Amino acid sequence: MRIELERRANPSLLFSVLSPFLALTLTVFAGGIMFALLGKDPVSALYSFFIEPLLDIWSLHEIAIKAAPLILIGAGLSVCYRSNNWNIGAEGQFIAGAIAGAIVPVVFHDWHSSLVLPLMLIFGMIGGALYAAIPAFLKAQMNTNEILTSLMLVYIAQLFLDWLVRGPWRSPDAYNFPVTRDFAPEAILPELISSGRANLGFVFAIVAAVGLWIMMRYTLKGFEITVLGQSERAGRFAGFSSKRMIWFSMLLSGAFAGLAGISEVSGVIGKLQPIISPGYGFTAIIVAFLGRLNPLGIIAAGLFLALTYVGGEAVQLTLGVSDKVTRVFQGLLLFFVLSCDTLIQYRIRLVFSRFGQTSEGGAH
Amino acid sequence: MPAVGASAGGPLLAVRSLTKLFGSFAACNGIDLEIQPGEIHALLGENGAGKSTLVKMLFGVLAPTSGEIVWKGEAVRIPSPGAARRLGIGMVFQHFSLFEALTVAENIALSLSPGISLSKVADEASRLSHLYGLPLDPKAHVADLSVGERQRIEIVRALLQNPELIILDEPTSVLTPQEADRLFETLDKLKTEGRSVLYISHRLEEVQRICDRATVLRHGKVTGACDPRKETPASLARMMVGSDVASVSTAGTNTKGDVLLEARHLSVPARTPFAVALKNVCLKVRGGEVLAIAGVAGNGQGELFDALSGEYPAADASAVFIRNKPAGNLGITARRLMGAGFVPEERHGHAAVPSLPLSDNLVLARNQSDRRTFLGGGVLGIIKHAVVRLASRRISETMDVRKSGDDPAAGSLSGGNLQKYIVGRELDRQPSVLIVNQPTWGVDAGAASRIRQALVDLAKSGSAVLVISQDLDEIFEVATEIAVISEGRLSDAYPAHALTREKIGLLMGGMYGKTEGEEVAHAH
Ligand SMILES: Nc1ncnc2c1ncn2[C@@H]1O[C@H](COP(=O)(O)OP(=O)(O)OP(=O)(O)O)[C@@H](O)[C@H]1O
Ligand SMILES: [Mg+2]
Repeated sequence: MRIELERRANPSLLFSVLSPFLALTLTVFAGGIMFALLGKDPVSALYSFFIEPLLDIWSLHEIAIKAAPLILIGAGLSVCYRSNNWNIGAEGQFIAGAIAGAIVPVVFHDWHSSLVLPLMLIFGMIGGALYAAIPAFLKAQMNTNEILTSLMLVYIAQLFLDWLVRGPWRSPDAYNFPVTRDFAPEAILPELISSGRANLGFVFAIVAAVGLWIMMRYTLKGFEITVLGQSERAGRFAGFSSKRMIWFSMLLSGAFAGLAGISEVSGVIGKLQPIISPGYGFTAIIVAFLGRLNPLGIIAAGLFLALTYVGGEAVQLTLGVSDKVTRVFQGLLLFFVLSCDTLIQYRIRLVFSRFGQTSEGGAH
Repeated sequence: MPAVGASAGGPLLAVRSLTKLFGSFAACNGIDLEIQPGEIHALLGENGAGKSTLVKMLFGVLAPTSGEIVWKGEAVRIPSPGAARRLGIGMVFQHFSLFEALTVAENIALSLSPGISLSKVADEASRLSHLYGLPLDPKAHVADLSVGERQRIEIVRALLQNPELIILDEPTSVLTPQEADRLFETLDKLKTEGRSVLYISHRLEEVQRICDRATVLRHGKVTGACDPRKETPASLARMMVGSDVASVSTAGTNTKGDVLLEARHLSVPARTPFAVALKNVCLKVRGGEVLAIAGVAGNGQGELFDALSGEYPAADASAVFIRNKPAGNLGITARRLMGAGFVPEERHGHAAVPSLPLSDNLVLARNQSDRRTFLGGGVLGIIKHAVVRLASRRISETMDVRKSGDDPAAGSLSGGNLQKYIVGRELDRQPSVLIVNQPTWGVDAGAASRIRQALVDLAKSGSAVLVISQDLDEIFEVATEIAVISEGRLSDAYPAHALTREKIGLLMGGMYGKTEGEEVAHAH
């Protein structure tokens, strides 16, 4: 017996619109079952996971803080994915951006100026973009698979950061802890409103997402991205170059990831340390797909996945379950999004006998 | 071999008031049709009549809105192509569904059960392809094959399933006369084996030659059935179109102007192992001329188009001149800005992106040449959708493009209507040089004559037109000069009136009448 996917003649339009919501519902159900298996009351566990964080100012700020990098990176990735370039290494570009941006406050810590912060942000974007330029170069010039190269570069970035904060950049007054010196106040991304910690990074994310949405919807560049993603040959006919698109999309998503990285370090952590991301660069892939590769959808998806981080921390405190539940929820969500999308396009058929030996006229 | 005639005497397939709605648009409207075992049944109709839609329902690609399909006397539902194949229905699509990166054998294997080894598939495919006279190299990559060769894959793939009914959607529109003759032998063989064929074609002569019965569709309805052998092509065309088909008028003199398009010793190495290298191609087209390039598919037509369009520029700037300026190393955008327009052979995924609306497909070809009209916002390049849509509507009206809705996805247009749009998209900007590869592939008689007339008229207005075509009738209808391409070499150009089919046939074989060639080559 084997399982076959058959393309549906008429995929339902209604369901393809509903798909993300269906996936969310299924995720919540599956999460409830998981909590029940862990011996917790599913209703109250789900309540503390999904609802409670929304009722309190402090956790709303936390959601904004976590949503910022997810939206920023996810929006950049959507451009890549729409143009058929599969950048999986945003996590590495995030770290590269954080490191490049931190050059100013760490290496030139004696320099105090209002230019520090803008320079850091610019360096962050350049750092992320340069790091993404490696897989872009390899793909455009050597025809390598960007999925592999961008992913492998993540580990290099992580280990490089680790080495930096333990070695050359370690703070002289941190008692041998692997951290850099604390950033000076002018190197800190300002908070948005006085009620909590949410910082300017959230504004960057929204501006970037809305900007990309406008680009995709109204400009020739957006059109170019769509065309090259659908058909390279038609793109060539239109005078678009898929090689240049590799560079454009990779550098853009790299720069966005780098900006997210430096914003996180400057606005939330205040220094470099071995681990600066709870996997934002990977979670942003889920965000991009949950948001249908549409920057506005990505804003919503980013907020929701930020909720899974905050909710995960909450249930860890109140119920004493592992913080891995966040990962489980994110995994479930990606699984359901992809399977909903697939099942809307295809139907499953079980085949019991081999082809060629099927009975004649086996019509339904 | 097939178990034929399950319900003795009755039709193999019957269709009762089959209807397909796209929104409120009825592509097929209450169609009745019967196919007897062992008959070749023609389905005729102009572009957009609903032929492809009907057969897609028979093959499980589209779900009928209402109506009934009866297979060997039993009402059936065909939810998928797999189900259709299991019933014994095979199909060769108008637009192929092949994976370019895979080999012929791999593509065939994909539609079979995964258990069968590739070498077995390859063996079986070569056996069938010899048996039915459809030469194929199982190891060749699809990307490197001509349209005609790709079609053979589809036919062999359908035959491998041992079907009782084979549906062919415009199979000969891409074949050379010789290839088409072979196909007819294949079809005859299938018929003697007791299989039925449902045959869609715009070529009425061949319908008369091979088909036993014909059903005519117009605007989604059956308008008649006949024995094609008792009709004339003109009477068949009248049944399809509802009126007489205009023939292309070349009346009036073409004033020959300057040389607007020229290739000087254009040589291009083969890009892939299966591509054809262009060898020392020289051609000149003056304003007012239509140079037609005849030749058997796969002799470098696609490569010539790529080099002339600049999609794959040559290394040498002086290999191609457009309006007397060297353009050999320029890309397609630069050449468009010099006044050239291009119509490639493949509609889906080359000339148009099927999933995008028509208006977007207008931007596809004219995003730089009409930058001022279509784009605003300076460097931002904001697409003025309203303006583009207006222009798109104008093109559809001029070319009489039939479609459902105002701005539907290009892929939802019938093949011929999309072709009218793609040609119209270029004509609309009055290019001074137009290069067209297979202008009327799969286009009905009425629309074909309209497209050809437009090409002729463009030349009359002073532009240089280059037409690459396999269709000799078409070539003699439009050309003022004719050259022949064979194995990447181009013959000299001859005035159209100085050539006969026989002479072209000789040139296609690569036998250059050098002495004769010299005397007429400079005749103009
Ligand atoms: N998926 C679709 N959505 C909307 N309209 C469609 C779709 N498919 C086909 N149509 C419309 O249905 C009509 C019939 O199309 P069809 O492809 O069956 O024509 P055809 O007879 O095969 O023409 P041709 O000879 O040009 O191939 C056309 O007007 C086309 O625009
Ligand atoms: Mg058709």
